[in-house]
Amino acid sequence: MTDAATASPATAGFSTSRFRAEREADWIAFEDLVARLEKSGARALSTDELLALPVLYRATLSSLSIARATSLDKALLDHLEGLVLRGYFLIYGVRESRTARLARFFRTDLPAAMRSVWKETIVIALVITLGAIASWSLVTWQPEWYFNFVPEEMAGGRDPEATKDYLQSTIGHGTKAEDGDEEGALHIFAAYLFQHNSRVSILSFALGFAFGVPTMMLEFYQGITLGAMIAVFTGKGLGTEFGGWLFIHGTTELFAAALSGAAGLRIGLAMLFPGERDRLTAAAQAGRTAGKVMIGVIIMLLVAGLLEGFGRQLITDTAMRYAIGTIMLLFWCSYFYLPRRGSAA
Amino acid sequence: MTATTGYGHGAQGPGAQGHAARARARLAGKTRRFITPEGVDLELKIASAGLRFSALIIDLMLLVAVLLGFTFGALWLGAIVRGDVGVIVWLLGFFLLRTFWFIGFELGTRAATPGKRAMGIRVVARDGGRLTADAVVARNLIRELELFLPLQMMGVAASEDMVSGWTMAAGLLWSLVLSLFLLFNKDRMRMGDLIAGTWVVMAARPKLDAEIGDDGATRADPALNFTDAELAVYGVYELQELERILRLKEPRAITEVAAAVRAKIGRPWVADPDRGADMAFLLAYYTQLKARLERGLLFGKRREDKYASE
Repeated sequence: MTDAATASPATAGFSTSRFRAEREADWIAFEDLVARLEKSGARALSTDELLALPVLYRATLSSLSIARATSLDKALLDHLEGLVLRGYFLIYGVRESRTARLARFFRTDLPAAMRSVWKETIVIALVITLGAIASWSLVTWQPEWYFNFVPEEMAGGRDPEATKDYLQSTIGHGTKAEDGDEEGALHIFAAYLFQHNSRVSILSFALGFAFGVPTMMLEFYQGITLGAMIAVFTGKGLGTEFGGWLFIHGTTELFAAALSGAAGLRIGLAMLFPGERDRLTAAAQAGRTAGKVMIGVIIMLLVAGLLEGFGRQLITDTAMRYAIGTIMLLFWCSYFYLPRRGSAA
Repeated sequence: MTATTGYGHGAQGPGAQGHAARARARLAGKTRRFITPEGVDLELKIASAGLRFSALIIDLMLLVAVLLGFTFGALWLGAIVRGDVGVIVWLLGFFLLRTFWFIGFELGTRAATPGKRAMGIRVVARDGGRLTADAVVARNLIRELELFLPLQMMGVAASEDMVSGWTMAAGLLWSLVLSLFLLFNKDRMRMGDLIAGTWVVMAARPKLDAEIGDDGATRADPALNFTDAELAVYGVYELQELERILRLKEPRAITEVAAAVRAKIGRPWVADPDRGADMAFLLAYYTQLKARLERGLLFGKRREDKYASE
């Protein structure tokens, strides 16, 4: 684009300095566009500049090819390589707008991913149920078992030796501890529980690569804690109330736990039985499906946290709690599993 | 002084040849084919474990700084309300922040956290396609297992002394295998990269530096005019090392390299030369060597280093 006459060729005929002088303006223009795109997205560019972008990209790419074949100027080669790489990811990286991508993800990608792990979800749900039943029957039979199952910091005083009144107060019924300190401690306890449950879900996904075995153990353990808690409350005749206390957020949270386990199991199975693909590709493909599932799991955990933090404090009526829990379960199931048009996956 | 590697003479035995060749092989071992739809190989370079670690440290320090700022802000605003704000901020905030910090930044156009940007590296999909959100989420949630779980385990073990020595040792071994996984494969993939199908590669952004070389006006001076035999002693590797020295403009390196080149091509030793003369000598030599080697390229001959035959 600059006139070649200004170049001072060191040798006659083709020279790399003349080549550079002829093309340098394109590179500088391209770098300017790339820098602005990286900084503030496509809106920063005018229509003319957007149209010029792919042209300048190809010009720079072709310059790189020529420079590699003819030039030994390392600074120039490094600069062109870096610039083309930045441009490549901008031009080929994003093919639709952020909102369109987001809409497509929630409309089809996420439900499709959830549907594709349905077998694993059923297996994990069975594992959790099995753990719950096992610990429930053990604790009902001999309450001392409880202390083997539920760590002290998670029990928060809710153990077989607690009085009925105390147990009632922990689920928002009867006389409530009005002490300010007590309430503060409850907030910390709730925050602790939320981050604990979320971490367990993330870990049961992350541990999937070990052929899914630790995932199943972790989910079984979650079932055990749950069953032991239920046993404590049913033992005092508070089964229905505790069910409501658990149900309002529990349907969402346990569903999320089962899905995260299913995501982990999917990775473990892909590594065990890669099929026609090599193990690395199989793991990467399963990992992407599992990653989509995990985005859904994170959202569900946030919803569960909100239900737990606000819904449960505001709604103390047991029937209402059951109703909300059921509605949430129906919502997730219909969102994930209802067949819909245009999603063959 | 590494700058002079490859310029000395005589003293270096076969070991020197091995050194240069090894350095190049190391570079080639870290380069991966990455072919654009236009058919050009962009030759991605895998980021080293050291860079990855430094990036992580920077990110963690930033995370803690943000949390500290947040805590002080919350305390300053809500000191009157409740005393447990700090605990909740750290308990929940650290968890939420560390989960979304990495995911959020890597979903951006530069696919890199601030730490990665500072180190000049970025995340790339291994298959050359675009980096999708699910891959970013998958690779970062696994970090919980690789980094934060071992950290927490060690913290618990140290503070409560509840785990026996053997359990502790087993846990440590397990987490070391997980955390150091990236040292055991040549693509420097951590567990999360493996499962998400990603790579972390160099994304340095060197500035476009001016071309160096003399303008050819000194060609009349016989001291700065080199014969073909004098130029035939070096290859591309030495040329680019010379370019690096000339761009660095460090006086001591210039003097040493000028002396080494003079000795190699049998030019008379200049006792106590002034700096300008050394610079002019090297610039002239560089320009003529570059012209000679580039002419070779046009004829399809690329001489990698001084050990390669003409």
